[in-house]
Amino acid sequence: MGAIRLEKVKKTFGTLDVIPGVDLEINDGEFVVFVGPSGCGKSTLLRLIAGLEDVTDGKILIDGTDVANEAPAKRGLSMVFQSYALYPHMTVYNNIAFGLKMAGESKEVINEKVQSAAKILNLTDYLERRPGALSGGQRQRVAIGRAIVRNPAAFLFDEPLSNLDAALRVNMRLEITGLHQELKTTMIYVTHDQVEAMTMADKIVVLQAGRVEQVGKPMDLYSKPANKFVAGFIGSPKMNFLGGELAAKHTCHEIGVRPEHLAVSTESGEIAATVKIAEHLGAETYLHVVADEYGPMTVRATGEVPLGEHDKIFLTPEPDRIHRFDAQGLAVAAS
Amino acid sequence: MENKQTPLGYISFSVFAWIVGLLIFFPIFWMVLTSFKSELEAVSIPPSFISFDWTLENYAEVQERSNYFKFAMNSVILAVGSTLVGLVFAVTCAWAMAFNPTKRTKNALLWMLSTKMMPPVGVLVPIYLLFRDWGLLDTRFGLIMVLFLMNLPIMVWMLYTYFKEIPTDILEAARMDGATLPKEIIFVLLPMAVPGIASTMLLNVILAWNEAFWTLNLTTSDAAPLTAFIASYSSPEGLFWAKLSAASTLAVAPILVIGWFSQKQLVRGLTFGAVK
Ligand SMILES: Nc1ncnc2c1ncn2[C@@H]1O[C@H](COP(=O)(O)OP(=O)(O)O)[C@@H](O)[C@H]1O
Ligand SMILES: [Mg+2]
Repeated sequence: MGAIRLEKVKKTFGTLDVIPGVDLEINDGEFVVFVGPSGCGKSTLLRLIAGLEDVTDGKILIDGTDVANEAPAKRGLSMVFQSYALYPHMTVYNNIAFGLKMAGESKEVINEKVQSAAKILNLTDYLERRPGALSGGQRQRVAIGRAIVRNPAAFLFDEPLSNLDAALRVNMRLEITGLHQELKTTMIYVTHDQVEAMTMADKIVVLQAGRVEQVGKPMDLYSKPANKFVAGFIGSPKMNFLGGELAAKHTCHEIGVRPEHLAVSTESGEIAATVKIAEHLGAETYLHVVADEYGPMTVRATGEVPLGEHDKIFLTPEPDRIHRFDAQGLAVAAS
Repeated sequence: MENKQTPLGYISFSVFAWIVGLLIFFPIFWMVLTSFKSELEAVSIPPSFISFDWTLENYAEVQERSNYFKFAMNSVILAVGSTLVGLVFAVTCAWAMAFNPTKRTKNALLWMLSTKMMPPVGVLVPIYLLFRDWGLLDTRFGLIMVLFLMNLPIMVWMLYTYFKEIPTDILEAARMDGATLPKEIIFVLLPMAVPGIASTMLLNVILAWNEAFWTLNLTTSDAAPLTAFIASYSSPEGLFWAKLSAASTLAVAPILVIGWFSQKQLVRGLTFGAVK
């Protein structure tokens, strides 16, 4: 079991109010991603749950018991660190076995669990090596192995893929998702990368300056962002925000249109613009344009689009894909 | 590493280094040489260099007059004992300062080091009186305490700089893995800090071995180490230079050998972790 509930969790470092007060509900077996810009308090929140930092105030309930004042080991959670944090002086086998040894398991049980974890993670051939003799991806797997053998109530990941190169990152992303499907254990995953959040999460928690901006399923955040921050943070390239005449037409302060929800025409449309840079990716084309009245915008067109610098174009937002925001940046429900 | 120095700069630097090295080495060389001279030759002017009658009589006489091994044994016990006791305190102290620092950690470290700037003579009387009243005079236990306290600031500093280089993440991982604090230190921190601990211990053994102020003032015979052994050969009159040299050579020989074989560790240790 691994249902986690945060009640008014607060954290201050000296006078720095890093987490002003977070309430959050994480269901058993859920894959939850904390996402937000660097320095917004994701790691701090995760470390509070892990017990590596003491809460300033509030409750952390794991399966109904308040563990806010318990030592990390008593909480039954495993953590995978950004730096992997493997024990450099121990073999892979002993790295994975360390937690079991600390728990006083017998040699046979330890061996059995380490071997089966190694099998799941393709580490069987490397058990006698030291971490220094492994590649980045292998080290990552050892860190995950160390986490899974203890059969935790939940896994905590702190940007586990940010030290890997792009190709490996995609692979490991799939592996971790696969692992979750197999183990069905609660996972809390911290990242600043919204693509990881969108692709992996059952539930995304968007954080900014220690505050929860929105909680929801990936597609809900994409299609119904609660405010401008979430709208701009989720989705790539970023949403375009337009004020002026168009916003007035939709009776709001500002409208948001995702680059993929703009129709491109060379003849007519609502927004007149000039192409600055066209990025041709083959399957799609990103057009960085300057709209006459609204300034820089990004357009994502499917397929190959024969446009280049200085070309005059017209853009039209898909009517039912327009997001409306008030002066405070909060989303306004469709009228 | 690429050597960007000009040949001339390189040569003059080497010459300079050799001169400094020889200057530092000369007294030791002269001491060893003198220990093989007769007492008369030892004080002859001009001093004879190589062309004298080499003799072992000083060593024979030193052996006869006092029990070298008893003194040496005391030196070993004091040096190793104070180092081991110091390590227990220094490791825990450096752990706290390196991994749970506060605003005042740096000041505390500087304050600890500043105690090393006080001349020991300043506290000789109070410590002597304490030793007398507690019956610690001329006991190994008492001297181990004094030597360990004397070197504790340096041990803490050295270990602190080494621990600083160890990522906190790894200790936190051990905490998540269920390691209690002692297990975290013994199974994770110490094995990673082996080079640092080795050079800290080495330096401390050498400092304690060579310590001559407290060992001379607080011992008479039972706990007297090699420093007292040397001192017993100096006398206000008569010829004693050759015998003193022989005794000194015997006293520094063990530590010189250890130092020779552990040069690398020592250099690392003495530069306080600045050279990696
Ligand atoms: N031990 C600490 N002492 C003081 N400030 C800290 C400490 N840990 C984190 N912070 C501050 O808290 C804020 C959030 O940090 P963090 O949780 O690491 O952000 P994130 O993981 O989202 O990038 C940052 O401004 C950081 O400087
Ligand atoms: Mg972080």
